[in-house]
Amino acid sequence: MTSGFFSFDVFNFLMHGLGVTLIIAFVTIALSFVFGMILGLMKVAGGRVARVVATVYINAVRNIPLLLFIIGFRFTLRLPALVSAIVAMTVFTSAMVAEIVRGGLNGIAAGQWEAAKALGLNKFQMYIYIILPQAVKKILVPLMGQFVTAIKDTSFCWIVGIEELMGAGMIIMGKFVKSSHVLGMYAVIAFIYYMVNVMVNWLSRRVRL
Amino acid sequence: MFAWFKWEALFRNFDVFLEGLWVTVSVSLTALVATLAISLVVGLARTSGSRRSSRIAGAYMSFFQNTPLVVQVLFLYNALPRIGIMLSSFAVGSIGLALYTGAFGGAVVEAAIRAVPKGQTEAALSQGFSHLQSMVMVIIPQAMRIALPPMANQLVNLIKNSSIMAMVAGGDLMYRSDSWASGNLYYGPSFIVTGLLYLALCLPLSLIVARFERMQKGGVA
Repeated sequence: MTSGFFSFDVFNFLMHGLGVTLIIAFVTIALSFVFGMILGLMKVAGGRVARVVATVYINAVRNIPLLLFIIGFRFTLRLPALVSAIVAMTVFTSAMVAEIVRGGLNGIAAGQWEAAKALGLNKFQMYIYIILPQAVKKILVPLMGQFVTAIKDTSFCWIVGIEELMGAGMIIMGKFVKSSHVLGMYAVIAFIYYMVNVMVNWLSRRVRL
Repeated sequence: MFAWFKWEALFRNFDVFLEGLWVTVSVSLTALVATLAISLVVGLARTSGSRRSSRIAGAYMSFFQNTPLVVQVLFLYNALPRIGIMLSSFAVGSIGLALYTGAFGGAVVEAAIRAVPKGQTEAALSQGFSHLQSMVMVIIPQAMRIALPPMANQLVNLIKNSSIMAMVAGGDLMYRSDSWASGNLYYGPSFIVTGLLYLALCLPLSLIVARFERMQKGGVA
C-alpha cells in the first residue's frame, strides 16, 4: 500500500471493507428476519412452552451487550472469524427483530382477528392469509431501521480481527504518520457509514408495499 | 467450560469482575447525566420554532445516529490526542456514550414534547405565560411522563454500549472479563458470568419499562 492519504489502493481497501460490512449486515438481517419472525410468532401465537422459551430468549439477549456475543463466540466456538461474527450478530439481532414482529402483530386491529375467525379460517390460514400480510407491511420500516443498526454494529467486529470498514480504516491509519491523515481518515470512514445509512433510511421512507 | 477448577479460579478473582462492574456502572451514570442534558437541549431546540437551532440539532442527531459508536469513540481516543486533546479512557467512554445516546434521547424528547396536545400550550399562553414559562411549567412535566419509558430503554442501550470501553482499555466489565480470560484461557466461565452481570444490571430496568408501557396503554397484566 502506498503512503498517500487517498490513493487508489486506499480507496480500494476501504471499499473492500465496506463490502465485508454490507455482507455481514445483510446476512445478519436476512437470518434475523427468519428467526425473529419465528420468535415473534412463538411469543404472540405460541402455546405456553413456546411463549416462555421466546420470552426468556428475547429478554436475555436484549439485555446483554452485542460486544460480549462477538468476543465470546469468537473465543469459545470453533468457527471461522467471519462466521462467528455473523452468528453473534444474528443471535443478537434476532431478539431485536422478534420485538419488532411482536409490535407489528399487536398493532393489527382486533377486528381483523375476529373477521378471520368469523370466516371459519383455522389458525394457520388466519396467519397466512390475514395477519402476516398486514404485519409485514407494519414491520418493514422498523426492520430497515434495524438494518441501519446492523450496519453500524458490524464495526464491533473489528475487535475480533475482521476487516470490515472500521477494521480496514484502522489498518490504513496504522500506516499513517501525519496527524492530518489520521483525522482525515476518520472523517472519510464516518462519511461512508453516514452516506450508506442515510441511503437506507431514505429507501425505507420510499418503500410501499 | 464445565471444568470446576476454572469456575473456582473465577470466583477467587471475582473482585476483578466486581471492579469492572463498578466502572461500567459509574461510566453509565456519568454518561446518563450528560445524555439527559443533551437530550433536553436537543428536544427543546427541535421544538423551539427557531429554524436555525432546529437545523443544528437535526444535523447533530443525523450524524450521531448514522455513524457507529465505535468510530466516534475511537476518534475521541486515537485522533483527538493528535491535536493535543488527551482524555482519560473514562472521559472518552462517558463523552462518547453521552454524545451517541443523546442523539437518540433528543429524538425521544422531541417526540414527547410534540405528543403533548397543542391545547396545553395555547391554554398556557392564554393565561399570560411566556413561551419559556409554558414549556417549563406546563409542557415539560407532561412530556416527561411520555418520555420516561423510551428514555429508560435508551439507558439500557447505554449500559450495554458501555462495553465499548473494552476497545479503549477502559477497565470496564467487558474489558476485565476479556483480559482475565485471555490471561488464563478460561473464556467460557468468564463470558457467562459477565453476561449474567450485565443481565443483572439491565433486565430489571427492561422489565420495569415493559410494565410501565403496558400500564400506559391501559392493558391488563
